[in-house]
Amino acid sequence: MGQIINIHPITRIEGHASIAIQLDDQGEVRESKVRILSLRGFEKFVEGKPAEELPRIVNRICGICPWQHHLASNKAVDRCFGVTPPPAGRKLRELMQAISHSEDKILHFYFLAAPDFVMGPDSDYSVRNIIGVAKANPDLAKRVVRMRQMAKMILETFTGKAIHPHAGVPGGFSKPLLEEDRKDFLAKMREMLDFALFTIEFAKTEVFPKYLDAVKTLGVIKTGFIGTVDGDGALNLYDGMTRLMKPDGTFQDFDPQQYDRYLGEHVEPYSYGKFPYARCWGEGFSLDLEAPRGIYRANTLARINVADKMATPRAQAELEEFREKFGRPAQFTLLHHWARLIEEVYACERAIQLLEDPEITDSNVRAVVEPRAGRGVGCLEAPRGTLIHDYSTDQNGMITRANLIVGTTHNLGPINMTVNQAARSLIKGGAVDEAALNKIEMAVRAYDP
Amino acid sequence: MTVKVAQEWLNSCSGCEIAIVDMGERLLDILAVADFVHSPVLMDHKYLGQLGNGKHIHIPEADVGIVSGGVRNEEHVEVLEEMRRKCKIIVAHGTCATHGGIPALANSYTSEEMLQRVYSTETTDAPAASFDEDVPPLLDACYALDEKVKVDVYLPGCPPHPDHVFEALTALATGSPLNLPGRSVCDHCPTVREGKGQLKTLRRFLQSPHYKAPDEPLDKMRCILEQGMLCMGPVTRAGCGGSKIVPRCITARVPCRGCYGPVKQNGNQRLDMLNALASNGIDISSLPETVSLLRFSGAHHQLRPPRKKQEA
Repeated sequence: MGQIINIHPITRIEGHASIAIQLDDQGEVRESKVRILSLRGFEKFVEGKPAEELPRIVNRICGICPWQHHLASNKAVDRCFGVTPPPAGRKLRELMQAISHSEDKILHFYFLAAPDFVMGPDSDYSVRNIIGVAKANPDLAKRVVRMRQMAKMILETFTGKAIHPHAGVPGGFSKPLLEEDRKDFLAKMREMLDFALFTIEFAKTEVFPKYLDAVKTLGVIKTGFIGTVDGDGALNLYDGMTRLMKPDGTFQDFDPQQYDRYLGEHVEPYSYGKFPYARCWGEGFSLDLEAPRGIYRANTLARINVADKMATPRAQAELEEFREKFGRPAQFTLLHHWARLIEEVYACERAIQLLEDPEITDSNVRAVVEPRAGRGVGCLEAPRGTLIHDYSTDQNGMITRANLIVGTTHNLGPINMTVNQAARSLIKGGAVDEAALNKIEMAVRAYDP
Repeated sequence: MTVKVAQEWLNSCSGCEIAIVDMGERLLDILAVADFVHSPVLMDHKYLGQLGNGKHIHIPEADVGIVSGGVRNEEHVEVLEEMRRKCKIIVAHGTCATHGGIPALANSYTSEEMLQRVYSTETTDAPAASFDEDVPPLLDACYALDEKVKVDVYLPGCPPHPDHVFEALTALATGSPLNLPGRSVCDHCPTVREGKGQLKTLRRFLQSPHYKAPDEPLDKMRCILEQGMLCMGPVTRAGCGGSKIVPRCITARVPCRGCYGPVKQNGNQRLDMLNALASNGIDISSLPETVSLLRFSGAHHQLRPPRKKQEA
């Protein structure tokens, strides 16, 4: 048996994982595995807790997308308790969702992904990071930090806590939005939209054209896609129907309350992470590069692919340009970055729409909640993909059972395929160098795991 | 002068790292004096060499080692011990590192019970018998860092406020003393406490506390605990409000849940809270359960699986 190459840990990602590449005696890639190395067990330890406390427990699943876990959990508890938030409560939740998407995408593009593109995938590892980018482009770095901070601080100022929030509550939102805050946040989100438009223009002129060859080759696989759409088929980050698209572009929509009739989770002995797949396709599970079975992707590219259109004008114009170049569904893995920047425009536009809605300052933000026995699925789009929280409660409103499928989990199968494809194309005859290994990781970073 | 910094995250969510980013433009000042030699989230240094052919976890020497997350598997132990060997000062960054944090809620169960549930949910296909030897085995519980190595600086918070992260990093970079708030959340809370003990039971947080108008200042609203809803402020270490002081949960008019851990490093938030309630004549059986009172500080054997009942 040949050498094993361990990329450990995968860096500039938001979680904990490693890659093992097994070479054969000729130095060709025999197999590769992406391992998720630990397990916290949220699905177990939320049992027996009061359901209304869950939004403040499960937000700790992820410090980068705590708002999405917090809000999905609130939606699930609303369902268990049979309560509908008043319109302003619902809109404030969606506003927090849109703003947190907007700062997250800036963080990922500039802090985590850009070093590969700006410094170059072959550059020395000691400068291939945000510190290197900041030294090479100090003015842009300052602007990036300032803009992201501005959006993040809207969340902080309004709710008191941007990381691991507590302001969403079963039945709605914990406090109303005051008019003076509305005006302030609106001005800030307009500035954020300008920055989003600058960023996508910058990427389309300065970044993507240099890497078109890489886009067409690196980590390319063919899969289905999942995302959420509204009644008009437009992308929606907060609510709607789940759309599951096959690799050929045909799709079916389903009510997320029934997700367990459509999705399954496969387990492999080499990773604590589970591998969701489309059980409803009836073809089982396989990560075979030539003939994958049941494999779909979540995250930005998936949402852009499943949506018929974008609900806001600037994002729609960007989608049209993207689709003209790459078709629907677009399969190239590195296009996640491009799709992310289209969504960035949408998130800012959507936040502005909500802040321009007179109803958002209504003081009725929370409905009365009574604990009861029930079941509820809270589903929305986290930056990294469709997020599903499914709870059951007893007659006292205590959690009896929880099942969670989180954004990145959907992509664990596809990430394994992507790494396998990239490793096979970059490692030949046992020749391995740092640039090749970083390119394999670069393909992983597209998923923002 | 620059300070060499190594950063690690163990059984964590990356919120503590985002709290570093949330320093905003101050981050650029820190990056000017901090020379990061290892940080999986920020840069590409690898444990097993840049070509992935090493056999043992290697982290470069550093003046300061910042570690977030608790210790949940054998590899976490290995990484933490290597950090301890290579770093002059170890900072436990965040409540998972200081007290186990939310993931230590799992300490009410055995690892087997946890694995059994996670791999048998409604959507999960029955897995093969066991994991490969390359998947780091779980420990029997989630531990705080100081249960495994010596810790020099404790920086609790879920996550710690960026103001305090900045103060701590500045203090470590310049060698100046670090003074973090040491009292309780209540000491920083502006709400009105009348101290009259009429309350006999607590209600669950199913409706908002009473306040007169949306723009009513917090210092006109009555204490949420005195309004009859559980608030962990009395038994939780202060500091979550950063330089603005006002506790963060209160800003949204929701009660504290204890995310900065106990007021004293070795305190017990559940015992202290139940004592405080009982001594004020409040019936503690009105709480729906009490495990959640330790939701941020279940390490140090505070939470453990119930002993199996003897067969009759």
